[in-house]
Parts: sequence; structure tokens; C-alpha cells
Amino acid sequence: MKKRLATLAVAAVMAAGPVMADLVFPSLSYRTGPYAAGGIPFADGYADYFTLLNERDGGIGGVMTRVIECETAYNTEKGTECYERTKGEGALVYQPLSTGITYQLIPKTAADGIPLHTMGYGRTSAANGKVFSNVFNYPANYWDGASIAINYLLDQNGGDLSGKKIALVYHNSAYGKEPIRTLNELSNKHGYELLEIAVDHPGQEQKSQWLRIRRERPDYVLMWGWGVMNPVAIQEAANIGFPMENFIGVWWSGSENDVLPAGADADGYKALNMHNVGDDFPIFEDIQQYVVDTGKAAGAGDQIGTVLYNRGLYAAMLAAEAARTAQEIHGVGDITPAQMRDGMEALVMTEERMTELGMPNFGPEFSVSCENHGGSGQGKVQQWNASAGEWEILTDWITSDKEVIMPLVMEDSEAFAAENNIEMRCN
Amino acid sequence: MPDQLLFGMEVALNGLMAGVLYALVALGFVLIYKASGIFNYAQGVMALFAALTLVGIMEGQVPFAHLINAIFGTKIHHLGTPIPEMLDPDVTIAYFNTEGAGWISWLLGGIGNFFIWPINNFDIVLALIFTVFVMIALAWAVQRFIFRHLVNQEPIILFMATIGLAYLLEGVGELMWGAEVKTLNVGLPRGIAEGVESVTEGWFGYGFFLSRLDIVAAVIAAVLVTALTLFSQYSKQGRALRAVADDHQAALSVGISLNFIWILVWSIAGFVALVAGVVWGASSGVQFSLSLIALKALPVLMLGGFTSIPGAIVGGLIIGVGEKLFDFLMNPIIGGATENWFAYVLALIFLIFRPQGLFGEKIIERV
Repeated sequence: MKKRLATLAVAAVMAAGPVMADLVFPSLSYRTGPYAAGGIPFADGYADYFTLLNERDGGIGGVMTRVIECETAYNTEKGTECYERTKGEGALVYQPLSTGITYQLIPKTAADGIPLHTMGYGRTSAANGKVFSNVFNYPANYWDGASIAINYLLDQNGGDLSGKKIALVYHNSAYGKEPIRTLNELSNKHGYELLEIAVDHPGQEQKSQWLRIRRERPDYVLMWGWGVMNPVAIQEAANIGFPMENFIGVWWSGSENDVLPAGADADGYKALNMHNVGDDFPIFEDIQQYVVDTGKAAGAGDQIGTVLYNRGLYAAMLAAEAARTAQEIHGVGDITPAQMRDGMEALVMTEERMTELGMPNFGPEFSVSCENHGGSGQGKVQQWNASAGEWEILTDWITSDKEVIMPLVMEDSEAFAAENNIEMRCN
Repeated sequence: MPDQLLFGMEVALNGLMAGVLYALVALGFVLIYKASGIFNYAQGVMALFAALTLVGIMEGQVPFAHLINAIFGTKIHHLGTPIPEMLDPDVTIAYFNTEGAGWISWLLGGIGNFFIWPINNFDIVLALIFTVFVMIALAWAVQRFIFRHLVNQEPIILFMATIGLAYLLEGVGELMWGAEVKTLNVGLPRGIAEGVESVTEGWFGYGFFLSRLDIVAAVIAAVLVTALTLFSQYSKQGRALRAVADDHQAALSVGISLNFIWILVWSIAGFVALVAGVVWGASSGVQFSLSLIALKALPVLMLGGFTSIPGAIVGGLIIGVGEKLFDFLMNPIIGGATENWFAYVLALIFLIFRPQGLFGEKIIERV
């Protein structure tokens, strides 16, 4: 009896032993469903970066990281469930990877005091940190994307777009409609004509839209698409003989998934990006050594270096750097979500730091502040080389037109603040 | 001729072609409903599964590779050499050159190329045959493990079973072949049909756009429908299939095996799904949203009737032309993206006047 009691006591002590601290980064991934092809590489990149930090550096600031993956299938309800299920695990920051889920989580994360990072998607006006204390959308948002595309076209046309016709082919959803207002404002400023062409979900059939483009003969086509809409649009553009070099997609229309189905027809298609492409960066050697070769790669390990893998990697790097900043600010290793938020708000990404991380020129240099949660609003233009089967970067970082965008951000965010009785911060 | 009229004609022509593609998907639904009274919710996923299997076989992919690797710690993904490279034919027959040819030469050359293609692409034909075997095996499994246990159940139970089947098949497809976007290259032509463009340019002074892929899809659909009609009218199994469709009990009493007929009809529906998956997947790549093409078939079925093969074709054409013309005419007034909902409005209008659909059987029940 005594022996049994002693065994139980030891077991109880072991069970109640000190909990190992870890930094929890939930990954609301979608590896299933109609958009899985886009979700898998991002989730792999996000997970692999934290695995690398654990294996190579022993975590962040000596504290191991833990990624909790929860499957959303790109479904807003499931995404919200994932949030509720994982927030109690000490989640430091959420990256919902869906504008729909983002809108659901904005009030929830504000109430729970957990920061939200929506990189290149979500609520654009969340860039105003005075209103959205917990939401960050650095380094660029949709409105930046629209302006970057126009600035690129201005550069291609000697600074003058007057008399040009630009068509916007967009996913007929809140996401797809995001750039319309900005493009209209920019149209007033630069004198081009904007043609709005909506594509219904999922976008498997786009005959009407491309016949219209054939009739209207725009000089350029911009695309705000996602999923199957992208390759179908690229194929239809090729079918009608629209010049690919005049067709530019946003960063969610610029992955390998979007161009490969069209084969050689996609050659010359362009897209925006908020980070660099390919695997010619020192960090990929470390990923090979510490993650792939040790059998710890997420998924099948076959997505490394693709556009969306790099995006997941970049998002994870920004999260890790914010956590490191938070540790430095508060002098603790095991930070809380509130401290993580402070770290995100004080994040400074320099070329020097990115080089140290093995990611030189991987993303733009930017700093976050209490007022500005949106970063520098910069992006690059990349072009698909079908024969080489790879994206090539065409430009340096292009900055968006803040003169046009900031008043829109202020107007929208201030209306949100008034609606929800939010007191302005950063005074 | 006024420009708007020409544009309208071009839109209608393209609508007809889109309608053929919708009809291809609707055909699979009709076949199964006609023979077993089951509304097969899984038809769209079957198209996806068939296309995934075809690409997997063509690329020499190892099915369930992720699962095998996870269990046995191996790192296998592919057989080594893609099947097309293994089976490259030594001799190829030159295709007829139809570019810039006149109307008759263009048509005859096109027909000739249609028959030359399988000879030059023996590897793809073989991959298609393998895929058909997989779809037959699937039909057997569906019958053996699901519907055999649900004989005499209410239609709604059978419908629910097909919902379950759809999700199961989606999961199995993902486990077998992975979820990434796959390029389907079976040699289907792409781009504008120059023949149509030059002929209409000569007639109207405006060259109509018509995709070469759409023309091939229309030919494939025509061949498929003719074959299915001949099969159901003149073959022994076809007549048995019609007998089962008319009355299960009477068919059983004359010695027709329900089990065999249902496997047969699910196999044919699997083949139709393969054709639909190939045609749709050729332009968008094979990805999981391919299963959503089923949404395009529903208004076609409502309009054409659930039990008529010609109904699926005519319904598809009406929906295709109707939605495209509506979008063309109303775009300046209410904006675009009307196709998804207008197809259903059109189907509802027809339903009000003919609840059984244009070609559906009128149900008369005596009390």
C-alpha cells in the first residue's frame, strides 16, 4: 500500500512539475478545401521558420516556440472556432490568412488583448494604430497594392496615364472590391479610365468577362483574384491574345499555382509581391540543414522556395522579430500577448537585420509605430518566366501613394472608431 | 450590322459553348438519377477525383505517398519517370494544318486531327484507360459498401449518403494525390479558333472569339451523348438500364441484376465525370475547387429535367446562352457577375411552367 501511495505521489509531483515556457504561435491554416493549394505552402513556410529557430537557436531569446496548427479550410466559421479553441494556449499573435476570418476576429482579439497580424489582407484601414490598437497589417495592404500597381504603370508610361484604359478584374467579394475606391481616387488624379469587371466565386468560368475585355480593349488589366479564378483568368487572357506583360495581379494572384496551369501561355504575366522570391537566400541552407534533413519539415517539404512558402516564412520571421523585440522591451523571455503587441508596435525591420537573419532584401525596410500599423506600404513587381518555371523580380521596392491612401485610411478608421466608441490612442 | 448586335451574337455563341460544358457535368447527374433515383451530390467531386487520378497516373505519382511516408518513414513521391516519357511513341502522324485555311478545309482538317490525336498520344490514352478502371473500381466500392446497404431507403437518405460520399471522396483524393494545383496537359488545344475568327471577319467585318478548347469540348460532348443514346437504345445493358429506371421491381422479376446495373451506371457516370474533369481542368488546372463545377449543373438539371439526357444538353445550352446574354445586356445597368444567380432565376422561371423540367417525365400519381 505504501509503495502504491509513493508511486502515486511521485506521479502527482511529475504531473504538477514546472511547466516549460514556450512561445505559442497559432497557425490558422487551410490544407483542405478549394483553396488548399494556396494554404499549404504558407502553412509550411510559417511552421518551418519556427522549427528552424527551435533547432538552430533554441527558440527565441532562449524560449522555445510552439506552432499550433488549426485547420480552417478557408471557412470563416471554422476560423473563428480555431481562434476560440487555441487562444487559451497562450497564443501570442494570430494570422488568420483570410479577410473573412479577420473581420470576425478584430473585435474578439481586441476584447481578449491578443494582437492580430494581417499581412497584405484583412481590414485595410487597420493601418491606423490610433484606432486599431491590436491589429497590424504591415508591410503593405490592399490599397498600397492598388497604388503600387498604378505607380508601376506610371513608370512604364513616362509618368502619364491620362487617356489610358485600365480594367480591374476582381473576385466579387469584399476582398476583390477593396482596391476599387483607391483605383477610382487614383483615376481622378492620373486621368486614366477604370473599367470594373467582377468575377463571381469561384471563378471557374469567365467567358463573359474576357469577351468584354476583348471588346473594350483596355491598355492594362489588374487582377484581384484568389484560388481557381487566377489560372482561369490567365488562360482566358492568353486565349483572347491579351498581352501578358500588360496583365498585373495583386500578391494573392501571383503564385506558381496561378501560372503553371496555363503553361507557356502564362509567360510574361506580372504580379505584385511584398517579399522576395526564390530560394537563393542563406536562410534556405539552414532550413535544409536543420529542418528538412532532420525530417522536421512541415507537410511534404516540397513547397520550399515557392512564392506562398516564402510568404509564410516572411510572416513567421516578422512574428519572431516582434516577439524578440517584446522580450527586449519587457526584459522577459516568456512574453504575454499584451507584451507581444508592444513588440509588434515597436518593430523595426532594417536591411542589416534581415541580412543577419539570412534574408537579405527579402522584404522592405520599415518600422511600426503607435500611429502606423501598416508599415512602409511597399511592394515589388515580379514576372513569370514560363520556360525557366520561375518568378523573376522586375523592380526595386515601389512605394504607394500615401497622399491618396492615408486620407482613405483615416476616413474609414475614424468612421469605425465613431461607430464603436473607440477612443483614439497615441496622443 | 450594328456593333452591339455582333457582340451579342459572339456572346451567344460563347454561351452555347459554355452550355455544352455545363451539360457535360449535368449528364453524370442524369445518368445516376435515371437509373437509381439518387441525386448524386458527389458528381462534382467525382469529376475532381477522376482528373486527379488521371494527372497522378500521367505524372507517375505514387498514390497515398504522404501516408506511406508517414507510416514507414520512406521518402517516395513518384515512380521515377512520368508515364508519358516511358511510353513516348516512336512514330507520330503529322496533323493537318488548319491555320488560315478556308471553312471546309478547317472543318475537315479538324475532324482528321481528332482521329490522329489518339494515335500520337498513346500514353495519354493509356492513362485515360487506367483512370477509367479506377472509376469502375470506385463505382463497385460505392455500390458494395454504401448503396447496397441502403436499398429501399427514402430518397432523402440516399441523397444524404451522397453528401457523405462527396466529402469522403474529397478526403481520399487529397490523401491519394495531394492538394496542390496540378497541371493537366492532355494535348487539348488552347487559344482562339482562327478559322472562326477569319470566317466571321469575312462575313461581318468583326472576327468572333471562340476558344479552340470549347470547340473540342463540344465535339467530345456530342460524341459522348450520341454514344450514350445508342448504348441505352440498342445495347442489352442499355435496355436493362432503362428497364431498371422504369420499374425496379419489374426489372428484378425478369432477371435483371440491380447490383450490376447500378455498378454499370456509376461507372458510366464516373467516365462522364472524367471527361468533365479533363475539359474543365485543362483550363484551370486540377485543383480542389474543380468539385464546385457541380454548382453549374444544378440549374441545368432544374431546367432540363433530372431524367433526360437530351434535357441535360438543351438545358445546358439554354442556361449557357441565357446567362451570358443577360450579363451582356444588363452589365451597363446593374454591373457584372450576374451569371451565378441568373442561371437559377432562369431555371426557376422554367420550373414554374414545367415543374418536371423541359424534358423530364411528368409524374402522375393516382390516389
